[in-house]
Amino acid sequence: MARWFDTVAAVLKRNEVRLVTYVPDKVLAPLIRALEADSYFTTFCPTREEEAAGIVCGGWMGGMRGIVLMQTSGFATLANVLASLALPYRIPLLMMISERGTLGEFNVGQAMVCRSMRPMLTALGIEHHTLSRRDEIDFIVDRTVNQAIATQEPAAFILSPLLTHAKRQEA
Amino acid sequence: MTARQTAASGAQEVLMSRFDLTSRLVARLRSDEAVVGGIGNNNFDLWATGRRPQNFYMLGSMGLCFPIALGLALTQPRRRVVAIEGDGSLLMQLGCLATIAERRPANLTLLVMDNGSYQITGGQKAATHHGADLVTIARGCGLNESRWAENTAHFEELLDNALIGDRPHLIAAKIDEAPGRATTDRDPAWIRDTFMRGLGTRS
Repeated sequence: MARWFDTVAAVLKRNEVRLVTYVPDKVLAPLIRALEADSYFTTFCPTREEEAAGIVCGGWMGGMRGIVLMQTSGFATLANVLASLALPYRIPLLMMISERGTLGEFNVGQAMVCRSMRPMLTALGIEHHTLSRRDEIDFIVDRTVNQAIATQEPAAFILSPLLTHAKRQEA
Repeated sequence: MTARQTAASGAQEVLMSRFDLTSRLVARLRSDEAVVGGIGNNNFDLWATGRRPQNFYMLGSMGLCFPIALGLALTQPRRRVVAIEGDGSLLMQLGCLATIAERRPANLTLLVMDNGSYQITGGQKAATHHGADLVTIARGCGLNESRWAENTAHFEELLDNALIGDRPHLIAAKIDEAPGRATTDRDPAWIRDTFMRGLGTRS
């Protein structure tokens, strides 16, 4: 079966999601490499997550679909940009969040911020799905990108350690 | 134009008017340029110069005017994109200057209206009042074409140059503390839809 990041890259390409902004993360690194290696995508690294989200919102209005890649802690900085830009302006901002803070986290701060992620997505009414199985990635990402664009609403994908096999951190 | 003494150098500087500079920008547009008005008075004055379907008005997300404009410039490479941001907002998102310098979109012009304060929330002094120099910061980020406009004629000269440039330009102007002249319609979905239809990215 294909590696998770190859499937994600393929589904994004099939759905013409070409503009990719990211704030680096170790778990996301192979996906970032795959996207940067393919000139179909415009992939680059702004200085923080809300800047990355602003660029993708501008790109959508300019006619190109885009996604922001980030870690759990970075998502926690996005409440204002979601509530005052993506949601009220009805921009289908796509987000992919590498989940830290659970299933073997060593940093208590990461564990705490992780607990805010799904409640924040729920409070803002943002469609979100956790990717934990390789055989579900294509269906979930494909359908959710499609729905986000059709409904003009943001959506988030959470990359579970169950999928990415993030390295076990020794206590 | 009025004058103000700077905290840093003690020199008298000529203060321009945001509405006047915005009007001079709009008068220079041919028809298809995209203009992004930053949160607060910057988009209020853009609104006051008359509605254009190629104008985008921000009603929130303070600091994201330049990032939004970067996204537009990268995805609309044949169109000129102009962004109008305030000093307080830019101070909140300085990193975007480094990102823009790295991407180097030829079609992007950045305007900074610097009144040294958070004028809309009661005129609290910003770091720019105490000496932070946004043009020096922009140059330090790699935006070599960054200049202070010395007066309105100079602003127009810099703008004319920027609008035909082959790299991003930043033009900053010291402005007075006059409030915005109008209030933008508070319907974000309508603003975005009108803007996209104006760009031809939604039909």
